[in-house]
Order: sequence, then structure tokens, then C-alpha cells
Amino acid sequence: MTDGYTCGAMEKPMLGRVAGGIFWMYRYLERAENTARLLAAGHRMTLTRGEDEASQEWRSILTTLGQLADYDRHNDAYSGAQVCDFVLRSRNNPQSVLWMFERARANARACRSAITREVWEAINEGWMTLRDLLARPVRVTNLDAVLAAIRRESTLARGATHGSMLRNETYSFARAGTFLERADNTARILDVKYYLLLPSIAYVGTVLDTGQWDNVLRSVSAERAYSWLNAGRMDARSIAEFLILDERFPRSLMFCHLAMRENLAALARFHRREGLPHEALARADAMLSNKRVDDIFEQGLHQFILEFIGCNAAIGNAISEEYRFVS
Amino acid sequence: MSTAEPSRYDEMLAPDGSVRAAYRDYEQWLERQDPAVLRRKGGEAESFFRRTGITFNVYGEADAEERLIPFDMVPRIITGQEWRRLSRGIEQRVRALNAFIHDLYHRQEIIRSGRLPVRLLRENSAWLPQMVGFTPPGGVYTHIVGIDLVRTGPDQFMVLEDNARTPSGVSYMLENRETMMSMFPELFTQVKVRPVSGYPRSLAASLAACAPDGAGPKPTIAVLTPGIFNSAYFEHAFLADQMGAELVEGSDLRVFDGRVQMRTTDGFRPIDVLYRRVDDEYLDPLTFNPASVLGVPGIMDVYRAGRITIANAPGTGVADDKAIYSFMPEIVKFYTGENPILPNVKTWRCADADSLKYVLENLSELVVKEVHGSGGYGMLIGPTSSKKEIEAFRAKLVARPENYIAQPTLALSTCPIFTAKGLAPRHVDLRPFVLVSPEGVDITPGGLTRVAMKKGSLVVNSSQGGGTKDSWVLDD
Repeated sequence: MTDGYTCGAMEKPMLGRVAGGIFWMYRYLERAENTARLLAAGHRMTLTRGEDEASQEWRSILTTLGQLADYDRHNDAYSGAQVCDFVLRSRNNPQSVLWMFERARANARACRSAITREVWEAINEGWMTLRDLLARPVRVTNLDAVLAAIRRESTLARGATHGSMLRNETYSFARAGTFLERADNTARILDVKYYLLLPSIAYVGTVLDTGQWDNVLRSVSAERAYSWLNAGRMDARSIAEFLILDERFPRSLMFCHLAMRENLAALARFHRREGLPHEALARADAMLSNKRVDDIFEQGLHQFILEFIGCNAAIGNAISEEYRFVS
Repeated sequence: MSTAEPSRYDEMLAPDGSVRAAYRDYEQWLERQDPAVLRRKGGEAESFFRRTGITFNVYGEADAEERLIPFDMVPRIITGQEWRRLSRGIEQRVRALNAFIHDLYHRQEIIRSGRLPVRLLRENSAWLPQMVGFTPPGGVYTHIVGIDLVRTGPDQFMVLEDNARTPSGVSYMLENRETMMSMFPELFTQVKVRPVSGYPRSLAASLAACAPDGAGPKPTIAVLTPGIFNSAYFEHAFLADQMGAELVEGSDLRVFDGRVQMRTTDGFRPIDVLYRRVDDEYLDPLTFNPASVLGVPGIMDVYRAGRITIANAPGTGVADDKAIYSFMPEIVKFYTGENPILPNVKTWRCADADSLKYVLENLSELVVKEVHGSGGYGMLIGPTSSKKEIEAFRAKLVARPENYIAQPTLALSTCPIFTAKGLAPRHVDLRPFVLVSPEGVDITPGGLTRVAMKKGSLVVNSSQGGGTKDSWVLDD
């Protein structure tokens, strides 16, 4: 049974530009939030590990975020303070958290009539809060509070969306943007960390350095959930299974995929037809549905994730094209 | 000649210190308030505006920061009786304006009769030859009008300016009221104020009533904005949102199948009524400025074929010209057969040799404005200008006298504002908002009160540091 659209649905399709603005607004909010999680995990790591390892960790965070090249252009070492400053607020970084919030807010302004006042205010206030918090370099003593604020502001915007927006096309684009971005972020974290931590397939299944694995889980705020389900057992296979296939965990690839499926189905109901994104989704479906974690390791985790990231990006492009985000 | 400030009319206090009728109930409430609490409320209002994003961008500011228009908490109050007379005068003027524009683009009776020199049309840059002989859907040119009024005495309201092109500020009228009601809910239970919140619905209904033939019972209305960097973007988005209309940019629109259509997620959909907040010049690159990316190529063809309503009609700006303004008393008489209820401010047309001579001799006493100017830009306020500024302006005036008009420096009425030291009088004007459709003229009670925040200043424009107030019409 469908839970959304009534029969008059096709009466008022939204503007393509606005649909694109909404889609990207939620991608930026999600990415900002995930970046904060990643930094929080990195920060914790540096408190519990030696300097070399910490430096490694910061470098891997930059790799995960795709910001290493930009960072290297302006810095020559990987200290926590420098990396955090760059990722959070540097004007040299075209993808900083502050920039993402600015973009999210600019999109919200440009799509103001498509969102509720509550959503607009949540995003506008979030931007004002972070602009003030990030006006100066963040001190280490303050880092946790700032990262918590980023997560909170993004959460508030998502909550306002959930609580105040009509379940129409706009909402589906908002959710599609959220889950497309989240899946991408989780996949990247998995890829970078696993690649780093599992130099060879022989390590799969061995009991590992729990500190490092704890860090992977923390990067997606999964440490408590995972422990609760697995009674403390830390091995590569079960962690991969959890982050890729467990549909109960809201940042797993499977969870994001199912949410994507639900929202694309809603768009198909609204438009009374399927299109390019639904074809692209079918390929992601073939990768995830009825898969066991052993199949994935057999194929090679890195290979699998690369393919997934490609599939995910293709869904994004197909949405943009199908729904006329640009003329 | 005296350089002292002319004696002014305060809207709250009579010269003997007694409170005027309009403010009696408000003053009683005010007396019971704790000044410290009021000061704190002032800060709350500012953060409220920031949060809701009621900001504007100032042209020419490099950082393109969004700014707040200062909001003052003391309402500007007009009695029901005063308003009834005002609204009769406004309606009369707006009907005359609409008939005037129609005439200019058709038989030009007013010029034939010798009451308006044809020169004023020839020199008018807002005149559009493309509109000649064409009648917009419903015969309406000025769908939305803002009439700027100033007051100099108990019954002396005068029209300072007609904004028939694209009057802005209505979002502040609405948000100021919302802010006041959320800050001082109990005040509104003690003083009966006529509501303004019906404006967006009236606007939508009024625009729908002007839809072209064949648009159906529920015409598609869209607001055309130049985009988020426009100084009034907030208002464009606000009105679209409140009306339930689409907010579109030029890049969303395309002309085909003889219609103006917007690009939706489900293909192109035709628009029936376009409330455009883009100037004529940028509306259609095929007809006007070819470099414009803000408009819609071909929209004028669709318009002239009667398949879309553009509000306000292209070419309406002819009436905003300040040289035309000086003829408004004759214009009102010519089209309504009545004497104007609301007088003009005395105006010297510098194009006339005698007037120019007088103006040049009295520059330090007068306000001189560009004929096509707006927003308080490019004007001289004699009494507050330095000798050097006056001489620089004199040179411009002599070089192009027809480009200017002059008016006496009016003793604009004052209304108190909150300051750190308590209430203090500041000069105000009033811009009521008027909607015109074939079904009639609709005036929202009140309007936007603009207030000069600086002591003694007569400039109320927000682009020049002016603020706004909630404007009340009492339900008495």
C-alpha cells in the first residue's frame, strides 16, 4: 500500500531547478554531518594512539573526503589542528563543512517556497550557529563541541523536514539526496579504512587490532549498535557485513539502498512512470540484494565498493537528468 | 529665509503634550510596560528577523552581505476615520493611473486635449512602443501599486510618489505585524487593529482575476525573480510562498506552443499569470535588452497574443516618472471628472525656465530629484547638504534641467521610535499597497511605514539606512 500521493498528484509537478536545489541541499547537509562523524573518530584516535598513527589517521580522513590533494597544496604535515581547520573552515578548501552549510542555506533560500518555514529556519539558524562557531580556528578543547553542533544542526534540519513537510515530490527529492549521499559516505569510509587495515585478504577473519576497528565503527557512529548486536566480536567479516548488508543500521549501504528504493518508487507513483534512475537503481539492487558477505569478499571488497560508488553516482546523474534539474 | 527645521506634526503627541486620539489606547498600554523589558524585546525582534531571513541586499556593497532593515517597535497608528478618507483618495488615484496608462497607449486623449505635453512621453524612457494599441487582459495595467504618502498636519496627507511599476516592501508590512503580534500579544487584545494578513490571498485572487481568457478556473500563477542576489529576493520568495505560487527564474521558463512554460520535473507546464519582479528592460531579450539573462525570450509575443498576463503590465513605468507625477492632479481630474481627494506635493518642473530659475535660486531650501530616479538615489536635500554638494548638484541641474524636479523640504510628520534614552520623534512616510483587478480595487488597511532612524533626517529609504514600523489602522 502506498503511503503518500493522492490521485491529484500530477497536478503540480515542481520546478526542475528547485528539485535539484532540494536534492543538493540535503546532500550537503548529510555530507557535513558525516564529515563531523569522521573527524570525531579521528580526534578520538589521536587521543589514544601515537603520533605516527595519528598522522596516518588524519591523512586517511582527507583521502576519504577526497580533499587530500587540496590539503597538500596548502599544508606540509598532518596534524589534527591543521586537518580539522582545513576540513571545517578553511577558505582554501572548496568543500569545507562551513562551505557545505553555506551552500545548503543558499539552496534553501533559492528553493524557499518549496520548503516549510520550519525547515528554512532550522537551516538558516544552523548556518548562523556554525558561521559563528567557525569564525575562528577551532581549539582542540572545543573540537568535540563544534563537531557535536554540526551533527545537531544537520539533525535539526532533517527533523524539521520529517515533521513539517508534505509527503510529496519535494520530500522524495530531499530523502533521495540524503540517502544517496549517506551511502556514498559510508562506502568511502569502508573503502579507505579497509584498504588501509587489510593489506591482504589473508587478514579477513583473523582477530584484529580492536582499536583500529573500533575507529571504523565510530566513523559512522556504529560502535554501540555493532557491539550490541555482536557481543564485542571484532572481525573484518562481521563488520563489513554490518556496514554493507545489515538493513537495521541506518547508515549501512543496504539501509540507504532500501530508502532510495522507497523514494524513487514514490517519484514513479507521482510521475506515473519509471525512468533512468529506476534502471540505475536496479543495478545497485543486483549488487546488494540476496548477497552474502562471503560473496563480497570473494569478489574483493575494494572492487565491490568501487563498483557500488559508481552505481550510486549513476543513480544521482540519472535523477538529475530524468527530473530536469538543469535545462 | 529661515534655516531652522520647519515646525512639524507629531502623530502621537499634540504640541501641549497630550496624546492624540489614535495613540490613546496604545499609550495606556505603554505606560504599564517595564522599559527594561521593552529594550530586551527590541533585541528579540532583531534575532527574529535574522532567523526568519527577512533581509535585503544593498546594491553597490562589495561584500553583498544580507542586511536587516531596522525595525522599530512603536506602531504607527491611523484612525479608522483617517483611513476611510485616505483609501477613497488612493482608490481614486489608482483608477486614474490605470485609465491614464491605457490612454497613453491608445488614443492619447490627454495629450490631444493639451493637458499633458507630448514631450513627456517622448522623453520617457519607460515608454514602450510595443504596448501601443494593445490592451492587457482585463484592461489592468497596474495590478499592484504602492502610493507613497506623507503627512504634514491633522488632515494633511499628500502623495509624494506613485509606484506603479514594481512597488516593494509588502513583505515587511506583513512580517512587521507578525513580529508585533508575537512580541506583544496582549497589546492586540487591548487595541483593535484591522488585520493585514489577508494580503497574499487577495493578491493571488486579484492576479487570478486578471488571467487571460481560456486560463480556466484555477490559473497557474508564478512570481518571476531575478534570483537570490536581488535586493528584494526575500520578498519574492515570501510572496510566492504565501500565495502558493511558483517562484521562477528566467532560466526556468521557455516559450513554445505559443505559451510561456516552466520546466518542471515532469516536463514543461504553461503559466497563465506572471507576477514579474524583473524590470521591463530585462523581460524579453528578443524585444528589449538582448544581453538579459533574467527574462524569457519571446514572452512579449505571447503577451501580445493574449496568452499570458504580465503584472504589472510592461510599459506601466511611464506613470512613475516624476515629471508625470507633477501632472497627477490634472490626470485625476481628466479621467475621473473629480477633484483629487489627495493632493500632490508642490513640484517645480525644472524643464520650465521659470521653475528652473526659482529652483536654482533656492537650492538650499529644496529637495531635488531625478525624474526617473527611485530608492532615494541621486537626489539633493538642500537643507542638509553642504555648500560643495549643492554646487556640484547645481552643475548637474544646469546641464540637464529636464532631468529634474524640485519640491519644498516638507515638514514630514513624526512618530516616536524607541531609543536607548526612551521615545524620540522621527520622520515617517506611509506606503499603502493597492491591488487592481477587473473586480475592483483592494487596499490593505495600513501599509508600510518607513522611518528615518537618524534624528532630524528626512530620508526614509531602506537603502539609505531607513527603518520600518508596523502600521495600524484602528478598527473603530
